[in-house]
Amino acid sequence: MNETSAIVILIAAIFTNNILLANFLGMCSFVACSNQIGTAIGLGTAVTFVTVTTSMINFAVYHYVLVPLELAHLQFIVFIAVIAAFVQFVEMFVERFSPKLYFALGIFLPLITVNCAILGASMFLIIRNYTFAQSVGFGFGGGLGWMLAIVLMAGLRQKMRYSNIPKPFENVPIAMIVTGVLAMAFMGFGGMVSIQ
Amino acid sequence: MVYLWAILAFGGLVVLLSLVLIIAEKVLINYGICKLDINVGEKPLEVDGGQTLLQSLFANQIFIPSACGGKGSCGHCKIVVTEGGGPLLPTETPYLTRKEQKSNVRLACQVKVREDIYVRIPSDLLSVKMFTSTVSISETMTYDIKLIRLKIDGDEKISQRPGQYIQIQAPSPDGPVFRAYSISSPTYEDDSVEMMVRLVPGGIGSTFLHELNVGDEVIFTGPYGEFYLNDDPETEIICVGGGCGLAPMKNIIFSIYDKWPDRSCWLFFGCRGTGDIFYLKEFKELAKKHPNLHVVYALSEPEEGADWSGETGFVHLPVDKMLEPDLERQAFLCGPPLMIEAVTRVLEDKGIASDDIFYDKF
Repeated sequence: MNETSAIVILIAAIFTNNILLANFLGMCSFVACSNQIGTAIGLGTAVTFVTVTTSMINFAVYHYVLVPLELAHLQFIVFIAVIAAFVQFVEMFVERFSPKLYFALGIFLPLITVNCAILGASMFLIIRNYTFAQSVGFGFGGGLGWMLAIVLMAGLRQKMRYSNIPKPFENVPIAMIVTGVLAMAFMGFGGMVSIQ
Repeated sequence: MVYLWAILAFGGLVVLLSLVLIIAEKVLINYGICKLDINVGEKPLEVDGGQTLLQSLFANQIFIPSACGGKGSCGHCKIVVTEGGGPLLPTETPYLTRKEQKSNVRLACQVKVREDIYVRIPSDLLSVKMFTSTVSISETMTYDIKLIRLKIDGDEKISQRPGQYIQIQAPSPDGPVFRAYSISSPTYEDDSVEMMVRLVPGGIGSTFLHELNVGDEVIFTGPYGEFYLNDDPETEIICVGGGCGLAPMKNIIFSIYDKWPDRSCWLFFGCRGTGDIFYLKEFKELAKKHPNLHVVYALSEPEEGADWSGETGFVHLPVDKMLEPDLERQAFLCGPPLMIEAVTRVLEDKGIASDDIFYDKF
C-alpha cells in the first residue's frame, strides 16, 4: 500500500499522469467531440462524473466482493457492467436536465461506455493498489485531466478554424499532431509530483 | 463452488444495476403532463411527456401515417412542429428536403414530447379514424395478388375520396406495425374497404393479409392520401396502374361512373404477362355501359404464343400513342417508380400540368 495522499494523486492524475496525454486512453471521443468548447466541457463533465463514480463502485466491488470470493479474475466483465450501467444512468440524467447537451453529444454520450479512459482508471487503481480515498482522488483527477485535455483541444481547434492548415492535415490529422504536442507540453509537469 | 459464486456475484451485480436503472428511468424520464397544441388551438391536448410525438398523437386518436411503426425508416410521419420539438435530429435529416427542414417539418416518430409542443396537422389527417373490421372476401386474383375485402364492424362508415389509402395493422415480432394499401372499393360502398394485395416474399403486411381467412378480424386506420379528383365533368381523367397499382384506379373509375355516367376516362394497365392480368372483364363490362371509358391493358413481356391481341410493351407507350395532346385532363398514377417516371414524362409532353398528375410510387 503506498502512502501518497489522495490530494497528491488527484493533482498527479490531472497533470503529470494525465490519462489522455500520458496514457493516450479515451482518444476516439477526444478527437470526435473536441470541435466546440461547450460540447467538450459537457462531455468532460459526464466523463468525470462516470469515472469518479465507477472508480468508487469498482473499488468496493473489487475489494469487498471479488477478492473475498476469490473472483478477482472476473474484474474486466464486472467493471464493464458497472460502467455500462452508469453511462446509461448519465444518459437519462443528461437527457432530462440538459436536452441541448444531449443533442450536441449525440452518439458520443452512450459511447462513453467504451471510453477506455474510464475502464483504464478502474484498472489502474487495482494495479496500483490504491486505498479508497486514493481511488476517489485518482478517479476524480483522471476525469478532470481528461476534461482538461479535451477542453484545451477544443480551444485550440476553435482557434485553428481561422488558420491556414495544409489540406491533407485538416481536421483529424492536425488534431492528432496537436495532441502529440500537447502531450509533450504536459511532460513539462513531469518533475512536479510523481506516482507510479 | 467457485463457479457458483462467480455466477451469483456477477448475476447479483447485474440485477442490482438493472434495478437502479429501472428506478432512475421512473424518476428521471418523467416529464409530467405536457400541452400538445394542434393547429393553433384547434385541438388542445394534454399528454404524458417522455413519449414520441407519434405515440402521443396515436394515444389521442390522431393517426399520422407511418408504415414502419415509429422506427424512423419510412419517413411517412412528417408533420410541422412550430415550437417545442427540440433541434432536428440526425435520424430525421435523410427523410427531409432542405425546404422541409426550413419550414420545421419533422418526423413525428423521432420527436419526443419533453415540453409544451405546438404542431400543425393537415385537417385531412384529423379526420382519420381507427376501424375494426372483419374479412368478408379473400379471393385470389393472380398467382401473387389477392383481393381482400374488409367489412367494418358495427354501424361505422368510412368516408374516403377515390385514390386514398388505409393502413392495416399487422403483427410482427417487434409489436404491431402498419402497412399502407390503396382502397379499391368505390366511395359509395362506405361500410367496407377492399384492397388488392400483392404477396411480397418476406413482407410483414402482405404475408399477414394473404394468410387471412374470411371472418378474421383486422384493425386499420384511414383514410389517408393526397389524391383530389377534379369535380368538373369536362375534365378527362387518365388512370395508369402497374400491377396491383390497379387498386386505386378501380376505386377512381367506379366512383366516377357512379356520379358522372358520361365522363371521359382512360384506364391504362401495365403488367408482365397474361398471368398478371386481372379485372379486365369487369372493366370491359363497365366500358360497355359507359362508352366514354377506354380500357387499355398492355403486356410488357407476353408469353410465346399467348392468346393476346392487345397492346404490348411498357405501359407508357400506349399512353403516348392513344392520347390526343392538349386536352383538359387530370391524371392518377400508381405503380413502380420507373413506370411513374416514364408515364409522367409522356403526360407532361401531352400538356398536363405537373400539379394535375397525382402519383403513388411503391
